[in-house]
Amino acid sequence: MNLFADAFAWLFSPDRLTGPHPLPQAIAEHLFYTFVSVAIAAVIALPIGYLIGHTGKGRDVAVAIVGAGRAVPSFGLILLLVLVLGVLHKPAAAITAFVLLAIPSILSGAYTGIEAIDRATLDAGRAMGMTQWQVFRKIEFPLSLPLVMGGLRSAVLQVVATVTLAAYVGLGGLGFYIIQGVPLRRFDQILGGALAVVFLALVLDGLFALLQRMAVPRGVGAGKPHQSGAPRRTNKGVMEQNQDFAVETGT
Amino acid sequence: MLGLTQKSGIALAAFAGAAALALGGCSSSDPLAAPSPTNSSSSASGPIVIGSQAYYSNEIVAEIYAQALEAKGFTVERKFNIGQRDAYIPSLESGEIQLFPEYTGNLLQFYKPDTTATTAADVYAALQTALPAGLEVLDQSTATDQDSYNVTADFAAKYGLTSLSDLSKVDVPLTLGGAPELEDRPYGPTGLKSKYGVDVAFKATGDTTVEDLLAGTVNIANVYSADPRIQTDKLVTLSDPDGLFLASNVVPVVNSKIAGSVADVINAVSAALTPEGLVALNVQSTVDQKSTPDIAKAWLTANGLN
Amino acid sequence: MTWVANNWDLIATLTVAHLRQSVLPIFLGLVIAIPLGWLAFRFRWSRGLILTTSGLMYTIPSLALFALLPPLLGISFLSTANLVIALTIYAVAIMVRSVADALASIDPNVRAAATAMGYGPWRRFWAVELPLAGPVILAGLRVAAVSTISLATVGILIGVENLGYLFTNGLQRRIVPEVLAGVVAVMVIALIIDLTLAATGRLLMPWAPGRRTRRRGRRARMVTS
Repeated sequence: MNLFADAFAWLFSPDRLTGPHPLPQAIAEHLFYTFVSVAIAAVIALPIGYLIGHTGKGRDVAVAIVGAGRAVPSFGLILLLVLVLGVLHKPAAAITAFVLLAIPSILSGAYTGIEAIDRATLDAGRAMGMTQWQVFRKIEFPLSLPLVMGGLRSAVLQVVATVTLAAYVGLGGLGFYIIQGVPLRRFDQILGGALAVVFLALVLDGLFALLQRMAVPRGVGAGKPHQSGAPRRTNKGVMEQNQDFAVETGT
Repeated sequence: MLGLTQKSGIALAAFAGAAALALGGCSSSDPLAAPSPTNSSSSASGPIVIGSQAYYSNEIVAEIYAQALEAKGFTVERKFNIGQRDAYIPSLESGEIQLFPEYTGNLLQFYKPDTTATTAADVYAALQTALPAGLEVLDQSTATDQDSYNVTADFAAKYGLTSLSDLSKVDVPLTLGGAPELEDRPYGPTGLKSKYGVDVAFKATGDTTVEDLLAGTVNIANVYSADPRIQTDKLVTLSDPDGLFLASNVVPVVNSKIAGSVADVINAVSAALTPEGLVALNVQSTVDQKSTPDIAKAWLTANGLN
Repeated sequence: MTWVANNWDLIATLTVAHLRQSVLPIFLGLVIAIPLGWLAFRFRWSRGLILTTSGLMYTIPSLALFALLPPLLGISFLSTANLVIALTIYAVAIMVRSVADALASIDPNVRAAATAMGYGPWRRFWAVELPLAGPVILAGLRVAAVSTISLATVGILIGVENLGYLFTNGLQRRIVPEVLAGVVAVMVIALIIDLTLAATGRLLMPWAPGRRTRRRGRRARMVTS
């Protein structure tokens, strides 16, 4: 008796479309919360991150925020906000939690993105007579895009995982199947729900990986000087983000 | 677009993943079954392992059992908050946990979903036969903590509701709130339909059920009968003339091997636990915010059992 | 915070359990990530497989991973083993790339010099490469440690009691200080472990470059012009 076969049977059964809690609706809820939260977080964190990268001020505070952000238990934050803000504001409480959790990654992506730009390029722009704003618009913004996309990608994945947990407070989404399945002892439902979540996460990750590659302006990476022995990379993924941050702070 | 190493990496990963799926998952072991005990834990000489549900009220009763036994010289090991019935029953059956505070009606429905017993005495008798070999129940307490459907005082006044059969008088759509698994329980929406002919939508409200009822996001809610908020928030519990809910009294489930040695102590506890007493314990936990061990200790002292 | 004062025992017990459940995955993660990272660095063909797989593992949300492991490994869904294995997988995913990149960033001339001095590959790894890669590996270890401690709280959903208990129990009983205490306790422990690892790193690796050596001067120049 293959447990994965049971899970797939559950996942593709017609009940997922006609019964209570249809799968398409759960996916839509999940995506809605994810994108709304990441969008709000981006509106807050990107300008601040760009400013920090551009001026070099406030970097220590940003690094501390990113470090602290990693330590915040997302599940606890959701329950805390729901408790404090009340059930009538459950979606708002949840979205607040998601936004707070998404901000660190996006912030980090923005300022490391600008910091990764070769100083010579920025100096060249300045030498050509560009104003601060032009330097940002023509040089910093496009060149930092890969790392910024990396930060967004990291944030999206983190929020997807947290929305899954938010089913505990009745928020819907794909986590509901897992949370409901435990007391009902339905492992096909638990595993089916888990597979759906994994699939969603992988699709979103792939999508952002694609966007990251597309975000690299043509011609970048060709003449980049590297530490001898370091593998040549033109764009950075989730892990490199973490490492970059870690390298900046720890060593 | 993708480099050769990355392409081959993804291909290999996909292949490995498919192989794992095909090979793995063929295990016939039930992932929801309890892990098998590493040493024989059902001997009467080792510590007595007491478990509790992930429910603060149940944890208090379990702590009372634990302290009562400790006062009489037993060694006790606590394994509290191990989730729903469906999660810990395997541990009880395997002997990994030996004593557990339970509720007669719900436990009987777990073993015998089609049971027809509804009164406290019938349910207790049916439970004794339904339990698997190796497990038994000690005396049941008069204290109950069962599922019950409640509405706000205003809602009850508006439609003149006192019992579940009155629900047919309500002309607005009904939405039932409760834990996510209530949706599929025999006393959930399907039971309401078959016993009382009432259609309800369902909303999983979990731990915020009472708030949702008060806020109006649901208009009927499953609130446990020992929840102090029924009184403090003036909720109206709808009576159940057709026996949708079974009587559900607090009862200790115990491993037969140690039943004899703990019966006296635990039966004394069960006898002293009254319905009002249970509500009072819950009040101390939620309103006074006292810790479980303190509440248990105070109760045992007040009842002269430690 | 009277609730905190009254329930200090509970918080302490849960903290100990939490640490026990977190430290093991962190340690195992390091022990597994070092050979894996070395493989990814040493054999180019394996780099894609190892890094892609660990990246994918990190993508999987925790609750889903808890559900996937039992059918694959034959363990119980509601067990500490499930939690520890899942946390270890995440820790490995974070650290593997750290190790691979750290080893790759060592100047090949240093390696060549070691070989020239007669170091065999095994000794070269332990005496030269690993110490040089140490600071970056430590950075990855700190990230993994903080993430693990924070993520372990989800264990309460599969019946494993740790500081996550304060979240669900606090919600059930409507006690805000309890939930808040849980959040704060997790963050404090993560901070302490992070600082401990950093201090240990400075003790064990006095050859690590000092902090903040490079960037200040050039950026200041950019701003003032």
